[in-house]
Amino acid sequence: MTTETRAATSAQPSRLLSALRTQEGVLFLVLVVIVIVLSLLSDRFLTVNNLLNQTRLFTETALLALPMTLIIISGGIDLSVGSMLAWSAVMLGFSWQLLGLPLPLAVVVCLLTGAIGGAINGALIAYVRVPPLIATLATLAIYRGFSFGISQARSARGFPEEFAFWGQGQVGPFPTQFLILVVLIVAMHLLLARTGFGRWVYAIGNNELAARYSGIPVERVKFTLYTLSGLMAGLAAFIFTSRVTTTRADAATGLELDVIAAVVLGGTSIFGGSGSIIGTMLGLVIITLLRNGLLLTGVKGDATFMVIGLVLIAAVLINNLVRRR
Amino acid sequence: MATSTTRWATPARRSGVTLQQEGVIAAAILGLTVVVSLANPDFFNTTNLLDIVVNTAYIAVAAAGMTMVIVSGNIDISVGSMLGVCATIAGELARNGAPVPLAFAVAVLAGSVMGAVNGILVAYARIPAIVVTLGMLSILRGGLILVTQGRWIESLPEAFFFSQRSTLGIPNPVWVMLIVVGLVWLFMKYHRWGRAIYAVGGNAEAARLAGINPQHVQFFVFVVNGVLVGLAAVLYASRFTAIQSNAGQGFELAVISGTVVGGVSILGGTGSVIGALLGSLLISQIGTAAIFLKVSPFWLQAVQGGLILLTVLIDVLRRRRFA
Repeated sequence: MTTETRAATSAQPSRLLSALRTQEGVLFLVLVVIVIVLSLLSDRFLTVNNLLNQTRLFTETALLALPMTLIIISGGIDLSVGSMLAWSAVMLGFSWQLLGLPLPLAVVVCLLTGAIGGAINGALIAYVRVPPLIATLATLAIYRGFSFGISQARSARGFPEEFAFWGQGQVGPFPTQFLILVVLIVAMHLLLARTGFGRWVYAIGNNELAARYSGIPVERVKFTLYTLSGLMAGLAAFIFTSRVTTTRADAATGLELDVIAAVVLGGTSIFGGSGSIIGTMLGLVIITLLRNGLLLTGVKGDATFMVIGLVLIAAVLINNLVRRR
Repeated sequence: MATSTTRWATPARRSGVTLQQEGVIAAAILGLTVVVSLANPDFFNTTNLLDIVVNTAYIAVAAAGMTMVIVSGNIDISVGSMLGVCATIAGELARNGAPVPLAFAVAVLAGSVMGAVNGILVAYARIPAIVVTLGMLSILRGGLILVTQGRWIESLPEAFFFSQRSTLGIPNPVWVMLIVVGLVWLFMKYHRWGRAIYAVGGNAEAARLAGINPQHVQFFVFVVNGVLVGLAAVLYASRFTAIQSNAGQGFELAVISGTVVGGVSILGGTGSVIGALLGSLLISQIGTAAIFLKVSPFWLQAVQGGLILLTVLIDVLRRRRFA
């Protein structure tokens, strides 16, 4: 509070300074440094084509990271997002290829599958009161098992050409899915930062008991958040299937770690109560660019994981040191 | 916060509750054995039942460490990567002519070093355990693949296969498992430092006021966990003729599931290593039982996950009645 008032009353330069001292500010500086270094290392990095291409890979993780930010702010976690994505994708392929549903209807099945998976998580966590980590650890295995069981580990392929529009097509110069993502980022940001529902999410994460006593429908908020997470996993599954034109039961294995890493790197406290959509998106952009840039400069694919782990720990460590001072 | 304070204030009732969860799991193991044996008599023979225990041994050893970590109010999701690194170190040393006991010792030492790094970052740099170990998971896995280039380790010396041998008629992994679980159980129940782990996990502030240094306790817990993961890696690496480059991938889920199903509360402060052992056994047994019941292998993971959820639900509902 004190820094805000000081920033408001003092001159322009110090307002800039205090903005940079927030987690988002630090991340933005890190991002600028990374872009400069990587563009010096590889001349293929800072090109419009490369960057726009990156948004295709970025979108699926980002779709999952949006609700994950809200869930972690509320003091929860959702480990099952990767499995929900795979299950939804498998249902898309299954209902189209084996049940013979028209493709648009299969996409609806895909979205519904995600929403149902999320609603089951939400019911377990909000109403049965299973701790989120355990509930979603169990459903991580269950939904992945559904993916393998329903598909019998066979992949569906041969989607019609127009289906590729959502994952490979373009609107003007922009990849289709990137535009969808931008709309959803804005919507989620407004939901979290500008609505009563968003304030409820923060309140629950700060002090659940106090939130309950002040009349916030804690159960309903939690149920909504996890269902939303499932729905977004369904949407990500649809775009993923359209991009890679095949549905596989082992899709998105381990993706939950990328998503959580982005959210935490973005400054959302793993204990709940604080965080922002902008921070998460900055975190995710940093991870994506770092991975892509390192690949372009000749670092082997798996080694990029090392760098991301280091960046994650370093970011939180630096943040801790800055705050303690 | 309110619940953890009451939990800390009534240690007697707490141990009563965990004992019940152990009872539930033990009953589930027996019940499953009876049901599956009736459906398929081949299930009930010594070789098969012992096989389940041998397959569980390395998971249970790591679950003993995980029990300490979770009871202290933390979590470690880097154990899978750590297992891979330790197993690779043991294998590479032995393949290049180092004496086998030395190779094993270095693997355990490597585990303790990685555990210490986790511990320093969690206890002294005060980064949440889930963030630290998530980062370590990536760092170690990335580093491992970078070093091994995805190659398997083969042509290991005969002396390396510790887990394939038996002592006094009982397979070596079972001995190690029983000794580790026994020692950790005694330590956590009777030793001053063992009790301190419960105190810190139940209420770190109250523990500090009682003269315990929570930071030292947390650091200690992560180091011991590293040692036990190193030991688990030795058991794991010496079972089969080759060590894969992706060794230990997903291992963290098996270990955490076993521990949590065994009644170790993810909120910290309660649970026992016996529960973790039984939980790990139950999950392995479900896997084997599904094969004997001719469940399609593609549905296996769903069945396993469903039963994990079921035991957790029973635990949650039971606790609510006693609360």
